[in-house]
Formats: sequence, C-alpha cells, structure tokens
Amino acid sequence: MSETLLSVQDLTKRFRLRRSLGEFVTRQPGDSALAVDHVSFDLAKGEILGLAGGSGSGKTTLARMLIRLVEPDEGVITVDGRSVRDARGHELREIRRRMQMVFQDPYASLNPRMTVGTAILEAGRVHHQPGSEDGDAFVSKFLDLVRLPASMAVRHPSELSGGQRQRVAVARALAIGPEVLIADEAVSALDVSIQTQLLNLFLDLRDELGLAILFVAHQLSVIAEVADRVAIMHLGVIVEIGTTAEVFHNPQDEYTKSLLASHPQPVPLDASREIRIVE
Amino acid sequence: MSLLTIENLRIAFPARGGSTEVVRGVNLEVQQGETVGLVGESGSGKSLSCRSIIRLMPSHAQMTANVQFDGRDVMAMSRKALRDHRAHSVGMIFQDPFSCFNPTKRIGEQVAETLRVNAGMDKSDAHVRAIELLASVEIDRPEQRYRAFPHELSGGMRQRVMIAIAISAGPRLLIADEPTTALDVTTQAQILKLIEQRRRDLNMAVLLVSHDFGVIAQACQRVAVMYGGYVVEAGPVAEICARPQHPYTRALLESIPSLESAGHHIRRAGIPGQPPSAGEMGAGCPFAGRCAFARPECAGVDMSLEVVGDAHATACPFVRNVSATSEAGGA
Ligand SMILES: Nc1ncnc2c1ncn2[C@@H]1O[C@H](COP(=O)(O)OP(=O)(O)OP(=O)(O)O)[C@@H](O)[C@H]1O
Ligand SMILES: Nc1ncnc2c1ncn2[C@@H]1O[C@H](COP(=O)(O)OP(=O)(O)OP(=O)(O)O)[C@@H](O)[C@H]1O
Ligand code: SF4
Ligand SMILES: [Mg+2]
Ligand SMILES: [Mg+2]
Repeated sequence: MSETLLSVQDLTKRFRLRRSLGEFVTRQPGDSALAVDHVSFDLAKGEILGLAGGSGSGKTTLARMLIRLVEPDEGVITVDGRSVRDARGHELREIRRRMQMVFQDPYASLNPRMTVGTAILEAGRVHHQPGSEDGDAFVSKFLDLVRLPASMAVRHPSELSGGQRQRVAVARALAIGPEVLIADEAVSALDVSIQTQLLNLFLDLRDELGLAILFVAHQLSVIAEVADRVAIMHLGVIVEIGTTAEVFHNPQDEYTKSLLASHPQPVPLDASREIRIVE
Repeated sequence: MSLLTIENLRIAFPARGGSTEVVRGVNLEVQQGETVGLVGESGSGKSLSCRSIIRLMPSHAQMTANVQFDGRDVMAMSRKALRDHRAHSVGMIFQDPFSCFNPTKRIGEQVAETLRVNAGMDKSDAHVRAIELLASVEIDRPEQRYRAFPHELSGGMRQRVMIAIAISAGPRLLIADEPTTALDVTTQAQILKLIEQRRRDLNMAVLLVSHDFGVIAQACQRVAVMYGGYVVEAGPVAEICARPQHPYTRALLESIPSLESAGHHIRRAGIPGQPPSAGEMGAGCPFAGRCAFARPECAGVDMSLEVVGDAHATACPFVRNVSATSEAGGA
C-alpha cells in the first residue's frame, strides 16, 4: 500500500455517564467512561480498513470524530498531513467533502423531506461534481450503482424499505465524490445477494478511483471479503490490527479469538444434491 | 389452531396511473410457541408483512387480507381492540430502532412507561423492572443507562433497549424485524438466547426477519423465503438449507460469505441482475430476469406454492432439487 491519506494518533474520547437515580439523589458525582481510548491507525489511498468489535466498543464514536461530528478530547487526525482538528470554515468543509460518512442509522444521512433524487443531486451539485448539471442522468447513475431502479428517485426516505434506505445513503455519500468513505454498518441490513453487489462496488471504487474506506461492520465474514487490513476494537481500544489474513487466520489477541470463535458458521449446502428440471 | 394465520395478504401503494402492489398474496402461519423465520431480497415485502399483523401501515398503503390472531379477526378489530392487541398480544421490534424512541426522553423512562401502560405496573415497580430488563439485554451499568438519552447509546444498545421494550409485556407473539443487524456475534448470540428463553418460559411465538441465514438456521424451526412480494419457498429450516428448491433460495444460500476467504480477495459473483422494481413487475415469476433456469413459460407461472416434501413448498414449478441419494432411490 502506498501513501498515507488519513492518519490517526492517540485519539481519545471520554463521555460522562448519566448519574443513576441513587447517585443523583445523594449528589454523588457521575462516572465517566472512555468510549475511545488512545486509538491510532493509518489509512492509505486505495485501502479498505475493516473495523469490527463489540456493541458499544466505540466504533461509531471513533468514526464520528474523524469528521468532527464528535470533538475528540485528545489526539491527532491528519488528512494528507493537514490537521483535521485545526481546520475551520472553508477548510473544514473541504475535509468533510473528502471524507464522507454513511451513518449507522440511515435516517441520519437523509433529510426526511427531500426525495431520494433531490438528495443525491443536491449532494453532487453543492460539491460541483462532474455530471451533476444533468440531473436525471446523475441521479440514475448513482441509484444504479447501489442497485436501485431510477424510479426510486421520486420517493421519500420513509417510503423505502430498510435496505433500500441504506443504499440511498450510500449513493448520496458517493455522489459527493469522496476520497475516504466512512461506512458505519452500511451493508448490515442487506440480504447477501445485494450485499455482495455493494461490496463489489466498493472494491471497484477502490481499484478505479483509489477510494479509501473505513469499513465498520459487525459481520466478520463481510469484512473478510473486502478489507485489506482489519482492526478489532474492544472497550474503546484497538486490541489488534493487521492484514485481514493475519488477523483472521492467526489472531493474537484473546478478544479477537473469542469473536472469531463465536462467529456462526455459514449454512452447509448439501453438495451432493442435483438439480432436476421438471419437464 | 395456529396462533397467527395470514391469508392472501396484499399491500399496494398508489402510483401514477393506478397502484403498485408490493405484497402480492402472502400466506403465513405461526403456531403457538414456534419460531418462524422470514428471509428474502431487500424490498421484497418482509417488513410490511410483519406490520400487517398489527395493522400498522404507512399512510397511503392499501391492505387487504384475512388475518386471524388467536381466533380473532384482526382486520375487524375496533380501535380499542387493536390498541389492546398491540399492547398485550404482539411485541414488535422494528427494523429501525432510532425512529421508535422519543429523543427527548430518558430511555429507562421509556421502558418504564411501556410497563406502566401495557402491564399496569405502578411507578416504582416499573422503575425496578425496567432496570432488570435493561440488564437482561446486556446493557452494562443499567442504573446509569436508565437515565441516558437515546443518542447517548450506541446503535446496538438502542436495538437491545427496543428488544427489552418489546418483550416487556410478555406478548403471545414477538415480531423481530432484523433484531440483531447491528450486533457483534457475541452480543447477537446472547440476544438470541434471551429471545429463546422468553419463548420457552412464556410459550411465546416468534416471527424473526433476518437477512442472515446463520441467524435463521440457529433460531427457527420453519422459514419462509420472500422475493418480489411473494413467498417463493417455505418449509423446515434444516430442509431448506440442505435442499433448497426454489432457484432464488438456492442462489441466496450460495452467496453467503465465509470467513475462509479472508485475505484472498475472491469476489463472489452474487446473483446477476437486479430485482424488477415493483412498478415494472408483470405477471409470472418475478425472478425470471435473473434465474439461471428461466424459460418462456415462467411468464405464466401463478406463484402458488406447490408441496414438494414434508411441509416444504416452492413456487417454482420447473426446478426440483433432489439429493443424489434420493435420486438413486428411484424418486
Ligand atoms: N453522545 C454520547 N453521550 C454519552 N455517551 C455516549 C455518547 N455517544 C456514545 N456514547 C457511549 O460511548 C460508547 C461507545 O459508543 P459507540 O456508539 O461508539 O459504540 P459502537 O462501537 O458504535 O457500538 P455499536 O456496534 O452498538 O453501534 C457507548 O458506551 C455509548 O453509550
Ligand atoms: N410508504 C411507501 N410507499 C411506497 N412504497 C413503499 C412504502 N413503504 C414500502 N414501500 C415499498 O414496498 C416494498 C416492500 O417494503 P418492505 O419494507 O416490506 O421491504 P423489506 O422486505 O422489509 O426490505 P428490507 O430487507 O430492505 O428491509 C419495497 O419495495 C418498498 O420500496
Ligand atoms: S418459475 Fe422460472 S424464473 Fe421463476 S424460479 Fe422457476 S425457473 Fe426460475
Ligand atoms: Mg455504532
Ligand atoms: Mg424491512
């Protein structure tokens, strides 16, 4: 892998926990918890880094800090060597164009009052994407990338199925022409057939445009397919990071081992069966 | 008598020049205490079919069906009867957990409120029980989390709180629409175990929607596979996994990723093409455009289920999938 595009060092975020009723009544100070604890990693141009870990381990918080939706307490984030944490105004907007996030909750990526077509087109126009002058063609192109028919353009987000909404969120993020895509559980609600098509799309974009992807997912088998490298997070800490083959075939950390051990086996198809065509 | 029977469920939305039918005659039965899975293509009608059981439809939807729950006609229920049906008989875990919470209210209070309304508990009992419920879905420090607002929880935690709410009233039927999509394997296993426990303790039935065949295989006895608004195959899970009959089911099972591929960059082919969009769907088999076995007659298939084995049925009249052994036996 070549040049580092995104670099993260010692990124840390602590949240105050709400006080329980007992603590509240007796005026005890609330606890706080480290959601992300001194996390460091690099992401190169054209690289897909998978991020997996337990529910509540800090993946979303980490992802949100990268685009400054959550302010870090400590740490350094740079894109092409320029500090993300110091960026203001125009520079911050530019960074947010270069790094697009698909949110775990697709409603957070989409304006409920905007049709699917308008959302995609606006995203492209605001950032002067080539082709966005021709509205219909632009919208159809991105809908087609995520395997949705052009007729979806007139729908509102509430008129879509869960998986369709998730794909619209991906289409909108791609329409902005990012260099880094932060995909937080962006294929989690898709059946395996459409999931495969989206994963292949990610691989194509990586190969053709050098798109770098931080791919947050809970399904290890999905990460296994797309990621060049994998990071495993547990209680706010990256406990293991390495090439996908290393981490999955020769895990070193105990938590990684336990995750891999409880991964459900794919359903065994009966290989001996034959297909008969009824005449 | 089955707990739930859905007959000829049809759901349509108004569209230019008429209406578009997105659920096209679905039949489904769930017995008391049984776990039934629902899998299928994104947009095939799984969530809408689930919602029909509590008659919770999007505003413009036109729904017709015969829905019987515990011997009662759901379509004929008065507003009050329907409210009771939703509160006491059926627990629903929605696919989209965030939109189901009030963003300005502490999550514990939202759980406690359901307990007060649905189970008639008093305030302090509901408070204690809500904390227990949070702990039961593996939320750490439940006393503190009780007072957190929805946005302060991770995606998977919100999903788990919703599960806590759905099972709180001890429903006869739990509808779980993609309940574990955002959960790591360890938490997922714990949640499935919890649902299974409730099923056994309360003789609760479960309708489980999941795109993950691993989850379905682990949790369900029977499964229905949906494509393009139809149930295309239904039967015992083990049987369908080992000997899928419908070409779509077979293609779906063959697209399941495995951990083996780690680091090899082998691209799965998946199923070629796209499902037809609802408006473009004509008569016949909706899978025809993508099916490796398609033939001209497929345009005339009526999509009724034909029994092919023990409680196993498929909507494809042309392809049969038989194991080599039964073939050798002269089947
Ligand atoms: N705004 C906030 N205020 C307080 N605590 C928060 C906030 N956002 C996140 N947290 C806490 O930080 C921790 C990490 O949450 P995060 O959403 O990053 O987890 P995650 O790894 O994405 O989990 P999941 O897989 O369930 O989505 C959790 O304990 C969560 O409750
Ligand atoms: N309010 C609506 N207006 C118009 N069409 C709708 C509306 N709600 C759903 N649909 C369409 O109905 C079809 C079935 O939707 P449903 O939500 O039941 O799918 P699903 O099988 O649950 O899919 P997923 O796995 O993606 O959640 C979809 O094609 C969807 O676009
Ligand atoms: S009816 Fe035709 S298109 Fe449909 S599954 Fe059978 S062979 Fe394939
Ligand atoms: Mg998250
Ligand atoms: Mg759905």
